[in-house]
Amino acid sequence: MSASYENTDGFNRRAFLKGSGAVAAAASLHQQASEVSAADSKEVVSGSKKITLNVNGEDVSVEVEPRTTLLEALRYQLDLTGAKPVSMDGSSGASTVLINGKPKMASTTLAIACRKKKITTVEGLGTEIPKAFVEADAQQCGFCTPGFIVAVTAFLDKTPDASNDEIRNGLNGNICRCGTYSNVIDAVTNVVKGG
Amino acid sequence: MAQVEDKQAQGPQGPYNWPSRKDSKVIGKNHERMDGIEKSTGAAKYTYDVNLKNQLIAKALGSPHAHCRINGIDTTAAEKVPGVVHVHILPHAEAGSEIKWQGELLAIVSAESEGAAAEGVDALKVDYEVLDSFTSDSDLKGAEEAGVTARGGGKVQTVNEPGDDDDEDEWVDAEIERIFKESKHIVEGYYGVDAITHCCLEPHGSTVAWEGDKLKAYLSTQNVSGTDEGFANDLEISADSVDVECTYVGGGFGSKFAPDYWGIAAARISKETGRPVKLMLSRDQELKLGGNRPSGYLQVKLGADADGVVQVWDSHHWGTSGVSGSGVSHTVVPYVLVPPNYRRKATAIRTNLVRARAWRAPNHPQACAITQTAIDDLAASMGKDSYDVFMANLANANNEKAEVYTEEMKIGAKLIDWKAKWHPHGKGDRNGSVVEGLGMALHTWGGVANTSECTVKIHPDGGVSSFCGTQDIGSGTKTVCAMVLAETLGLSTNQVTVNYGSSTYPFSGASGGSTTVGAVSESHRRAATDALTVLKGKVAEKIGADAGTLVASDGRIHVAGDKDKGLGWKEACGLLGLKPLEITRGHTRGDASPLSNSGVGGVQMAHVCVDLDTGVVKMKEFVAVQDQGLVINPVTCKSQIYGAVIMGIAAALYEQRIADPATGALLNAELADYQLARLGDIGDIKIELYEPESERQRGVIGNGEPPAISPIAAISNAVANAIGARVSTAPYTPQRVLEALKNA
Repeated sequence: MSASYENTDGFNRRAFLKGSGAVAAAASLHQQASEVSAADSKEVVSGSKKITLNVNGEDVSVEVEPRTTLLEALRYQLDLTGAKPVSMDGSSGASTVLINGKPKMASTTLAIACRKKKITTVEGLGTEIPKAFVEADAQQCGFCTPGFIVAVTAFLDKTPDASNDEIRNGLNGNICRCGTYSNVIDAVTNVVKGG
Repeated sequence: MAQVEDKQAQGPQGPYNWPSRKDSKVIGKNHERMDGIEKSTGAAKYTYDVNLKNQLIAKALGSPHAHCRINGIDTTAAEKVPGVVHVHILPHAEAGSEIKWQGELLAIVSAESEGAAAEGVDALKVDYEVLDSFTSDSDLKGAEEAGVTARGGGKVQTVNEPGDDDDEDEWVDAEIERIFKESKHIVEGYYGVDAITHCCLEPHGSTVAWEGDKLKAYLSTQNVSGTDEGFANDLEISADSVDVECTYVGGGFGSKFAPDYWGIAAARISKETGRPVKLMLSRDQELKLGGNRPSGYLQVKLGADADGVVQVWDSHHWGTSGVSGSGVSHTVVPYVLVPPNYRRKATAIRTNLVRARAWRAPNHPQACAITQTAIDDLAASMGKDSYDVFMANLANANNEKAEVYTEEMKIGAKLIDWKAKWHPHGKGDRNGSVVEGLGMALHTWGGVANTSECTVKIHPDGGVSSFCGTQDIGSGTKTVCAMVLAETLGLSTNQVTVNYGSSTYPFSGASGGSTTVGAVSESHRRAATDALTVLKGKVAEKIGADAGTLVASDGRIHVAGDKDKGLGWKEACGLLGLKPLEITRGHTRGDASPLSNSGVGGVQMAHVCVDLDTGVVKMKEFVAVQDQGLVINPVTCKSQIYGAVIMGIAAALYEQRIADPATGALLNAELADYQLARLGDIGDIKIELYEPESERQRGVIGNGEPPAISPIAAISNAVANAIGARVSTAPYTPQRVLEALKNA
């Protein structure tokens, strides 16, 4: 497939995201596409192109289509499978990554919109919070856990002295089906106390 | 059911038992989950995370209609989508086929990327003929009019018996009427529980690849040892030609026991294309197809004596488990508290919804929620404390656990401070528009040990490894296996390597019915015990001691009470010579054993706040007291209970599968719409493991299911206690709370 980031008259923006799978997040994706187009002074059309992403402190090359989400690029090209595909609309929090230090859903972020940004996945974080999760047994099947680890990291960056109420109010973007919330509260509380 | 092969022709056998509480070094002590760091750092590879070289990504088109005929599927445009490699029409979607529920997969597109596969699915053109559908599972009258009901079973039990000349039906009518007349208190009520979906966070699916005529299937499954046969039967190959692998499974609550037809299709596509294929359900497909719990709605009249002990129960319940009819089994109605006289009748409703799958404690949560709410309404009508009425009704407990329930109720009441906090229904203090209430419920479950076989290998260099075809669905099975081996061999858990999650290992049963902890405790304890006996024989010979006096502890095999008279573990293993010692032992489900048992109770209590203006219910506190025989690892055992309670909170307050009555379309099959409890919704949960010596002596019993049973009933009763009215049907949403208040 050839790269084709070119001006095209009458281009239908809806078309280029066809098959992105993130139907529920279409509005957000179109917004991102517009931003990318504006930055490049070019319309995003179709085909694939090599871009550079900065992931966990390293510049890496990935080949993406305009519709390729960051989650797909991480999982299929970089073997970073910690961020999980649970809900393509981002409502589960399982694909949480840090982009320039802020928690974002990789499932509703286009890879092309992440150039020149610092992306941190669960694999690039330290082990302090994972260890606290293990000590409080804050995981069962574990499929949601990486998303929680990233969300907790961002939450504690912002709220290092979080109170119990703040913990209970500040981590509602992630879903755990096995029901580990009590243990997650314990894990975060222990990190706050230890810190 | 697979039988454990007799591989015990040579070598010692038993005796098998557990060390006393005092002598246990590992068992009964909190032990960190052994795969915790892998899970929390993203290193754990789930089925969805397995990406094979040159793999195709497959996505499926689901039926948008609850009931339709497929006149044809045009694949031309899909095949032309750049990146699409293969289009497969499922056999049940060929032209002329009838599709009976929304979401049923029709065709699968395999492509070079997710985007191309999804675009290919979008390009499929299907000629549908839409047919009438019925999905209103709570509407008994409508179902009867639509002709979609069937008898779902029933039973009559009376203390007195009809005479030889009596017409039985007439006699039962008269007898039940007579007992109602003698009853001091009568309650009539309607209670319901809507269907919920399994909603596994890792959807159902697999990544499959052929190596010659052998199929390797990475499958998200609760049944590693059993699904090779599932693949083999449909693909007409031998089970030996299929390897199923699953080290991590992202959620399995009773819906992941088989390859499913989409797994079989993936294998066929892989064969046709000569490439590995990954096919995972999309989120909406997971919610529509990946399993659901049947709904249940019950109309009841009960009669109780002056003490509030129910003497007669007369109920009719209905609901659906989908297209095949059926619903909540009549056998668990009324639930645990079964009066001497009862008549129960069930009606099954056929709906245009996918078949239900076993959900954590099949039938029990619904049965508990639609019957123990009536017991609480009895207390309310008597103006008595619900705790006292439940206690009085333990006289009707049908599982010989009345004494255990009594103790558990006392513990629960103390933990939640029941007597201080309880008030008559609807008579509590108001704090602005907020009222509070307490409710309780109790449950029962089996939890028998499944069939399981384990090979323990002890190497001459001291290495210990085990092989067992079980799976760890998040309950901490790996850790339990390691703890049992370590306890038995006098080692620490980091000195043993536990291998599981492959169908190439010795057979171990599916993880369903709370049967796994018993299963693996049996097989690992047996294999390790007999391996140790061999080793003790070698040590005895070497040091000139009687093998019967030897014990394994703290990394040594030595004479009991004399640590110095013996050998270090490594030295002892060196006596094995060049060949590792390998012993396979197992347990067959249902065989009597000193190591495991079945039959548990459990009591739960809820403390809720309800805003009378908005109808919002918030959890304040929840107490779960649970018995499960001998506890191997208290920390993961408690985590199971926390999880069960939190799932129960979700089912009580948030989640429901909503079908549009006009079209049968499922309206909330995305996570943004399908409401689950979030971290801020759960209140404070207190867990007490009830493990007196009498329970410990019974051996290991599974606890995955039992604590998931009572939450809905306990929360319903707490809401009723708070607002003085019954919200009939779970989930107890703000709208339903406000309606109940209006109608009260």
